[in-house]
Amino acid sequence: MLETALKGSKKYWLWLGFLFGLHVIGVIIYFGWQWPKGLMITGLGRDTSWGFYIAQFTYLVGVAASGVMVVLPYYLHHYKKFGRITVLGEFLAISAVVMCLLFIVVDMGKPDRALNIILHPTPNSILFWDFVVLNGYLMINLVVGWAALSAERKGMPTPRWAKPIIYLSIPWAVSIHTVTAFLYCGLPGRHFWLTAILAPRFLASAFCAGPAILLLVAMIVRKVTKFDAGKEAIQTLGKIITYCIILNVFFLALEFFTAYYSNIPGHMQHLTYLFAGLTDHATGVWHGTYVPWMWASVILMLAAIVVLVPPKWRANEKVLAFGCILVVIGTWIDKGMGMIAGGFTPNPMHQVVEYIPTGKELMISLAVWATGFLILTILFKVATTVKEEVEA
Amino acid sequence: MKLYDAGKIIPGVIIFLLIFLYPLYSNIGGAAPVPKPLLPKPAVAKQCVLPTAEMKAQHMQLVDNWRNWVVRDGKRIWTSPDGRAFNMSLTNTCMRCHNDKEKFCDQCHNYLGVKPYCWDCHLDPKQKKEAK
Amino acid sequence: MAFNRRQFLKVAGLSTALGLGGKGAFELLWPGEVGATELATRPRALHGKRWGMVIDTRKFKKPEDFEVCTKACHQAHNVPYIKTKRIEIKWIWSAYFFQAFTDQENAYLGETNEGQVLLLCNHCDKPPCVRVCPTKATFQREDGIVFMDFHRCIGCRFCMAACPYGSRSFNFGDPRKLNDQAINPKFPSNGDFPTRTKGVVEKCNFCAERLAQGLLPACVEASRKHGSGGLYFGDLADPNSEVRRALRQHFTIRRKPSLGTHPSVFYIV
Repeated sequence: MLETALKGSKKYWLWLGFLFGLHVIGVIIYFGWQWPKGLMITGLGRDTSWGFYIAQFTYLVGVAASGVMVVLPYYLHHYKKFGRITVLGEFLAISAVVMCLLFIVVDMGKPDRALNIILHPTPNSILFWDFVVLNGYLMINLVVGWAALSAERKGMPTPRWAKPIIYLSIPWAVSIHTVTAFLYCGLPGRHFWLTAILAPRFLASAFCAGPAILLLVAMIVRKVTKFDAGKEAIQTLGKIITYCIILNVFFLALEFFTAYYSNIPGHMQHLTYLFAGLTDHATGVWHGTYVPWMWASVILMLAAIVVLVPPKWRANEKVLAFGCILVVIGTWIDKGMGMIAGGFTPNPMHQVVEYIPTGKELMISLAVWATGFLILTILFKVATTVKEEVEA
Repeated sequence: MKLYDAGKIIPGVIIFLLIFLYPLYSNIGGAAPVPKPLLPKPAVAKQCVLPTAEMKAQHMQLVDNWRNWVVRDGKRIWTSPDGRAFNMSLTNTCMRCHNDKEKFCDQCHNYLGVKPYCWDCHLDPKQKKEAK
Repeated sequence: MAFNRRQFLKVAGLSTALGLGGKGAFELLWPGEVGATELATRPRALHGKRWGMVIDTRKFKKPEDFEVCTKACHQAHNVPYIKTKRIEIKWIWSAYFFQAFTDQENAYLGETNEGQVLLLCNHCDKPPCVRVCPTKATFQREDGIVFMDFHRCIGCRFCMAACPYGSRSFNFGDPRKLNDQAINPKFPSNGDFPTRTKGVVEKCNFCAERLAQGLLPACVEASRKHGSGGLYFGDLADPNSEVRRALRQHFTIRRKPSLGTHPSVFYIV
């Protein structure tokens, strides 16, 4: 089936070439600078030891998990309208998980020792479980997506052995993002993350951001190929996105309430740093680089709600697409920028040391995103070509 | 039989051979001399912690075991099969006798293209002397 | 039973993989122990069930009282001096009282607030860093010391996120190259101890290598030589140790006790 990705229009090859170019630039910077010199080329430091790379990982685990939002209605509840979009959801999940794994690799201090996680398995470490569930999810989606698509190509129903694996993928999808949240919400010294609602918050954010990306990509696919996921599928996806972005903003508001009504400094400080800036008690210096970004994120997410809630507006696909863009950018700033830096600032000694990613760090990150989109494009080319064949 | 797409296949085969035979043709004429590791003088030490043949075959595993026993088990004294007690340490035991890294360790490692990372952290005798 | 070509290839391929890979896998996963006879500790080694430290903050008044400790530690362990504060490495350092004891923020403490406190890894009894390490590169020894295996660390820095005290440092670059030669010319300063390499996390190890030789930790010895002597070190499980005596004689606090880490470092305030 992969051979269908080798035949494409000039625009297709130009797009692949562009993404591959970005990928190569990232490889050059990674092996030319980060590999020999170490992580000092990033903006990371002793106080903020996780930053942009891990933030992208966190966001993308959410996008990967959101595959369940199309798989569950279709396979569990026989919602036929999602019949054409499920494989797109599964393939999006595959490329998202690949990006997650790449971001972990570029973040590691000693990636050549990565196999130590397998050689010395440590079940009490959540990172061990994250490794297990992420790779498991990748395998599940590869196997199921490929099996379903090749069956469709041959005019056969989805093979019977695939059904239990598909059912498994539903709780597994929820688990990958819950385990990722567990990385953060069990750390005793990090009060920004030490909340039971972190996992639900992550899931809500994932289930609006992921489907929003899927919807936008499905619209692009409809423009550049003959494959149409279906008006109703797109509208249902839009409803899911609307409910979940409301939940996401609601959960954020809940965080604000607990922090500020309790007036507990450990809980307030991180939100204050992100949304108003914070002064270091010892040095008297104020830091607030993230403030405009965080407010932009809130405004974007609220605007998304305003735009998506009225049914007549949501029915208009141009407005729906605009709303999805607002959702993606708003949630990305919330999770892909604020979540990690906010957790580390102020540090355990209440010092405010600001983390700003460096250019090389951003370029490597962009290259990983490009690699993911490269894989996504190739997989979608295969899926849409096969589906066009079948419908012919 | 006709070879179809010869214009693509023949250059492809040539490029393949150029890439995959590179390690061979780039080293023609440069055969490295057989390594001659310089052993410590008899006044310094007559016998290593294990017999030479065993060390040649297994010093990597021995050093690996030593580091796990010291770091993870907290044990520092090792007794050899012939009853001699040693402190398990690369810098302070092995290299106390084998005190020239270039003339001993590097001889075989360079010949075989092996790059053990021990000395990224552990000091070699020259660095140890400078530290005093 | 029809045995077609496809099945034959599957069986042949699997047998080859197992045959070639099997022996290799065995040697990789169960290498066997070369020359394992007896292993022992040094005769003079200090043994304990739970090493602990009591820091008398009243004896740390002048900057040098702190400096002798931090210098002794960093020199004994080849800790580089890195000019860029963001990526500095410190095993033991000093900070303001309100930074060390964030639960005790109190504007009316007067002099105490302006004072500095000596900080280091607390070698917790329930260490969150050990809980999160995916490879057991950070592990708890039987004597209570939270120790690091730099050979195994993959540099994921989960332990740094987990530590509630900020005790851990990461090698963002090669420490041998990052060390500021102008300020710290004698690096590495201890020929008997290794440096670390880029990409691994490090922290205070309660001088396990000195305890193994019957010596007290470098900071303890240095503060006694200097005359300020504000550090007590010993076995918390031994009721007659100097730390237990100090704990009986003085009121002590620990950092962030509500987090359930059970630190082994106590402060007389």
